[in-house]
Amino acid sequence: MKTTQILIAGFGGQGVLFAGKFLAYKGLMEDLQVSWLPSYGPEMRGGTANCSVVLSETPVGSPIISNPDVLIAMNLPSLQKYVDAVVPGGQIYLDSALIDVKVERTDVEVFYIPATQMAKDEGIATLANMILIGSVLQNNPELSFEGTDTVVSKLVPPKKAALVELNMKALNMGKEYK
Amino acid sequence: MAERVLMKGNEAIAEAAIRAGCRHYFGYPITPQTEIAAYMAKKLPKVGGIFLQAESEIASINMVYGAAATGTRVMTSSSSPGISLKSEGLSYIAGSDVPALVVNVQRGGPGLGGIQPSQSDYFQATKGGGHGDYRMIVLAPASVQEMASLTMKGFDLADKYNMISMILADGTIGQMMEPITFEDAEVATYEKPWALTGTEGKRKHNIVNSLYLKPDELEAKNFERFEKYAIVEENEPMWEEYMMEDAEICVVAFGIASRVAKNAVVAARAEGIKAGLIRPITLWPFPKKALAAAAEKVNGFVSVELSMGQMIEDVRLASGCKKPVALCNRAGGMIPSPDEVLESLRKAQKGEY
Repeated sequence: MKTTQILIAGFGGQGVLFAGKFLAYKGLMEDLQVSWLPSYGPEMRGGTANCSVVLSETPVGSPIISNPDVLIAMNLPSLQKYVDAVVPGGQIYLDSALIDVKVERTDVEVFYIPATQMAKDEGIATLANMILIGSVLQNNPELSFEGTDTVVSKLVPPKKAALVELNMKALNMGKEYK
Repeated sequence: MAERVLMKGNEAIAEAAIRAGCRHYFGYPITPQTEIAAYMAKKLPKVGGIFLQAESEIASINMVYGAAATGTRVMTSSSSPGISLKSEGLSYIAGSDVPALVVNVQRGGPGLGGIQPSQSDYFQATKGGGHGDYRMIVLAPASVQEMASLTMKGFDLADKYNMISMILADGTIGQMMEPITFEDAEVATYEKPWALTGTEGKRKHNIVNSLYLKPDELEAKNFERFEKYAIVEENEPMWEEYMMEDAEICVVAFGIASRVAKNAVVAARAEGIKAGLIRPITLWPFPKKALAAAAEKVNGFVSVELSMGQMIEDVRLASGCKKPVALCNRAGGMIPSPDEVLESLRKAQKGEY
């Protein structure tokens, strides 16, 4: 695969960093070179959070992403901030339950997924992030769905084992969303 | 082969320190390095070590001084303003010739500054910080793997030369996660006849001290110490060269700046600009010979730094001012983009430094 730069952005508490960790571990499992860089600061629930994940077959140069290949925007400010930075031909995944605008650019592929609403309807309100990730995996054959359960099991602490199944459910919802 | 795991840079330092035989950590929390203390708090008691959160940075560095005097492997970690507070202790430790490892995960300054990554403590680390004539071995990791390997190397060099080894990292490398493998490495041990280990009534007691009231004695001590520093300067410089074989422009960058610079070098090559990179891994001793050799063949240098330009002075000195040196920098917690570095390489290509 070519080097893929993924930027995930949203509010604190939406699982932005966790979603990034999932992708990073997925890359690790597939023997790729990986970097995961969180925004850090006096952050709190409701503040902004973002995280940069680079997946590559060659050593990762800068872990800082200026122009993402894939943008996952979980709120409007994040979309507005990064929409123009996405490389032409790149992908934008946005939570259309929280973002009610359309992307005006025509040189990118946009996926509108009402992830927060879908998660609420299924009683897994905190897993909108993983619904979006499911869609990312589905639309990037290089990333594939294979082994996702192992990655989820690795990320979810043993005390919260019940969450493994729910994370898998969210991933599958994203995978199947058309 | 050992398993590849994902770890934050800060955690990699802590794990490597434990593997290097460090059993004493004294510190005080500060962003962006607190994961080191958190990891030590969790892990050190399980291996019979001591984790202690002191009441201040000053207290913690003096605890390091005390533990170091007993010959045990000991460390502390902090970020820029905290290192300023520890600087008195650093001078005392250097003046007593005892080994210790000190980590600085830099953030923007001066003053309380900010909490985003920076490299503006280069002067403080390589030229002093504390008072008096002294040096520290300064290691600059550029990846999570190096956060670990240079921590192990730092403990070894500290013991070998009875000096402070400083890991000079930054907020980005501290906070980011990358795959890392810990190979089972033999940890060298060193005789420490000077250590305060209890005489058991069998030998004359040792004294660890930095006070010499007779000027001739203090002078002799300084000269002796600098003979040791000369050996370190001869034997221990470390650096990486990237695409330097036919380079006409030499980028010099360390830590996170070198990662950005590498991207820019690749992009410049694609435009036909013959750029290369020298990445100092030891900032003191500075890889003077590598820079001097480069000065013979390149047209000029570009120093890429997260500061107002500090390492650039060593680049000029080491290259004997033979070739022009440009500065490409951001400060205050900002990081130059590969495009910004590329732009300065395009200028250099046109002879604009």
